[in-house]
Amino acid sequence: MRSRLFLWVPLALFAFFAGVAGYMLTQEKDEFVESTMIGQPLPDFALDPAFGGLPGAAKGDLVGGKPRLLNIWASWCTPCIAEAPQLEALQARGVEIVGIAIRDRPEDVANFLGRYGNPYARIGSDRISEVQLAIGSSGVPETFVIDAKGVIRYQHIGDIRPEHVAVLLEELEKAR
Amino acid sequence: MIPEIGLAALWLAAALAVLQMVSGAFALKAAEGAVNPLAIYARPAAVVQAFLAVLAFLMLLWSFAITDLSIKLVASNSHSMKPLLYKLTGTWGNHEGSMLLWVGVLALSGGLLAGFEKRLPERTMGATLAVQGFVALGFYAFLLLSSNPFERLPVPAAEGTGLNPLLQDIGLAIHPPTLYAGYVGLSVAFSLAMGALLTNQVNPSFARVLRPWVLGAWVLLTFGITAGSYWAYYELGWGGWWFWDPVENASLMPWLAATALMHSVSVLAARDALRTWTIMLGVLAFSMSMLGTFLVRSGVLTSVHAFAVDPERGAFILGLLGLYIGGAFTIFALRAGAVAEGKRFAIASREGALVFNNVMLSAILAIVLLGTLYPLLTEVFDVRVSVGPPYFNPAGAIFAIPMLLVMAVGPLLRWKSDKPARLQFELALIAALVIGVIALVSFFGQFPLLPLLGLGLAAALAVAAFLPLRGRNLARVPVATWGMVLAHFGIAVSLFGMACEGAFSQERLAAVAPGGTEQIGDFAVTLESVTPVAGPNWTAIEARLAVSRDGGEPVILNPQARNFWSPPQSTSESALLTRWDGQLYAVIGNQAEDGRWQIRVWWKPFVTFIWYGGLLIALGGILAIAGRVKVDVKRRAAVTKGAERRADVEALDVASPVPAE
Repeated sequence: MRSRLFLWVPLALFAFFAGVAGYMLTQEKDEFVESTMIGQPLPDFALDPAFGGLPGAAKGDLVGGKPRLLNIWASWCTPCIAEAPQLEALQARGVEIVGIAIRDRPEDVANFLGRYGNPYARIGSDRISEVQLAIGSSGVPETFVIDAKGVIRYQHIGDIRPEHVAVLLEELEKAR
Repeated sequence: MIPEIGLAALWLAAALAVLQMVSGAFALKAAEGAVNPLAIYARPAAVVQAFLAVLAFLMLLWSFAITDLSIKLVASNSHSMKPLLYKLTGTWGNHEGSMLLWVGVLALSGGLLAGFEKRLPERTMGATLAVQGFVALGFYAFLLLSSNPFERLPVPAAEGTGLNPLLQDIGLAIHPPTLYAGYVGLSVAFSLAMGALLTNQVNPSFARVLRPWVLGAWVLLTFGITAGSYWAYYELGWGGWWFWDPVENASLMPWLAATALMHSVSVLAARDALRTWTIMLGVLAFSMSMLGTFLVRSGVLTSVHAFAVDPERGAFILGLLGLYIGGAFTIFALRAGAVAEGKRFAIASREGALVFNNVMLSAILAIVLLGTLYPLLTEVFDVRVSVGPPYFNPAGAIFAIPMLLVMAVGPLLRWKSDKPARLQFELALIAALVIGVIALVSFFGQFPLLPLLGLGLAAALAVAAFLPLRGRNLARVPVATWGMVLAHFGIAVSLFGMACEGAFSQERLAAVAPGGTEQIGDFAVTLESVTPVAGPNWTAIEARLAVSRDGGEPVILNPQARNFWSPPQSTSESALLTRWDGQLYAVIGNQAEDGRWQIRVWWKPFVTFIWYGGLLIALGGILAIAGRVKVDVKRRAAVTKGAERRADVEALDVASPVPAE
């Protein structure tokens, strides 16, 4: 009987696959796509004001002094309504929030802020999602913690629920 | 009553699978040539089991036909207002029903094998049926314990919830069951390979038994993949015909393994070589089928094809995978060393070319497998990647191109050993065609490398496919050889379609105001109007495009952008204009702020040849089966005739008085 080691190779390869697949089955399936930009400096951008009431946003507005929140949102986005009170709460704690409105119209932005409150220091209008894509955000709303040097430190995907306020405050503190 | 009959049939079939397994295993305890008295139950058990499993499937089919809303599966996947055709196809348009179909086909193939295959030694047959029963048992357990299709609702539903028109598509109704039948047909190859390995009967007569099963499964897979590719092409609205999506790869991998197996079985049947390798491929082909089912059903990979996924069911299938693939590879490792080495052959020989083809096919299989599983592998380390055409196309081509070149020459070579010098004319012709076509096409413009090579190869292959017929009396060429010629020619046709699509496709994305005209290739596309339309549970905007070629009579195309509200989903309904030399593919997009509409139009020359080629390949496979069966029937008839004649002679001998001394 010819006993050869290479005859075991298929079994070894299969065992390796089964191990990986078994491990993956036990993992929670996480459908969020995390930005690969975390730890990277913000890309350069300069956006026009989203409506007449507030100035537009550029990279320079997020650099210097203290960490800030960059909130990606839109007036047509329902979860953004849900997170509006939490943004106000954050603003009340002294956090400066810079907004980027995605594919929006000035009158809709003004209407939204009039109805749900305005926590923003400035809002840029990103009509073609270019800044959104450049910073690695895949949906609205998303919120990024940007430190004083303009480096992206943390990404929050989805609407900010009440329990997330403390998390964001802590991340802002860490970025200081 | 109906679902209870189905469920009872399923339990009985599972019990018979146990009997088949145990009784088949007893065959191994018999001495050489003798029959163990306990082994005689395996064949009838397999046949009755096939009847019961098919009965269970028919009961489910019936329940869907009459929309029995007391059954959970029917209530959640059907609707009384559905057309009858889609009620019936809805039977396998869901997880439980498709698994029942899978088990039904598995039992049916086992029953056919047990009922009709008389050539194998009883010991090998017993071992084969034992393995087939063992595999069936696992899937019965899966069905009965975690995916019972006949589960009743405590209170019958008033109406079904499955009126999703997305699933009411004839392409979606046909290609999955075809693929399934192909996947499961490979289970017989798996069982036969294990049976032959366990009883050390890896020889040409085993290969002849194996061959029709491999060919049959391969034809079904070829047809299913071709239909699936066309379905994705017109339904997804992205203009592509192959997306290297995990679900597509799950069907391609068994096909690659089956293609390699089909060729190595031929070598084993004709020349008694490649023994261990054939067994390996037999195990691998069905393993790839089960792996595909696991990947699709467990949701460990994300795919554009939406399926109901369930980690618990995934764990069950993974367990079955471990049992069958792990078990088979263990037996392979332990026993393959005992299989005597087959006949030797020279590198330049038909066998040599087939071995080369096998190695290349296996390499492509490894590349597809790696690309499919790579995202799973990196996800363990929390890295999300997506592997796409930039990996698959060049990596696959590295092996596909030499394989296709050898495919052109291989059938011309003689068995055992040959001299390339004998084929000078053919080799020169093939080389000239490849180089000539590439030079000619490059003369007219700049084209990407792979499609260019594809065009040259397609031309050479199309001619080379018919070279084996050169100098032969066509009336005397065996049917199976015609099958090979046709299948190889089909590869050339398909390759030509792919290369043309890659090299000459023209795409135009434009914002057009109603009344505006865009030019693409020879076509003038005029947007006549855009109107809202509504269906049973969707609304859409529909464009009316007047397409005229070279100023000829315009043809109206109506691409739609549909929005469904239950479940909420938007789809692009492409509109196709098919001409003999290609297809015009039109999709409508969003409306821009200035009132213009985004229109996307492709002109894809000869794209239809991809699927014509696929059909030719499948047809070649059917001819090959027909040829083999014809030869087999002839041989059996001759054997019977011979036996009758001998009996007659003996009878005469007895009847005629013995001459006195």
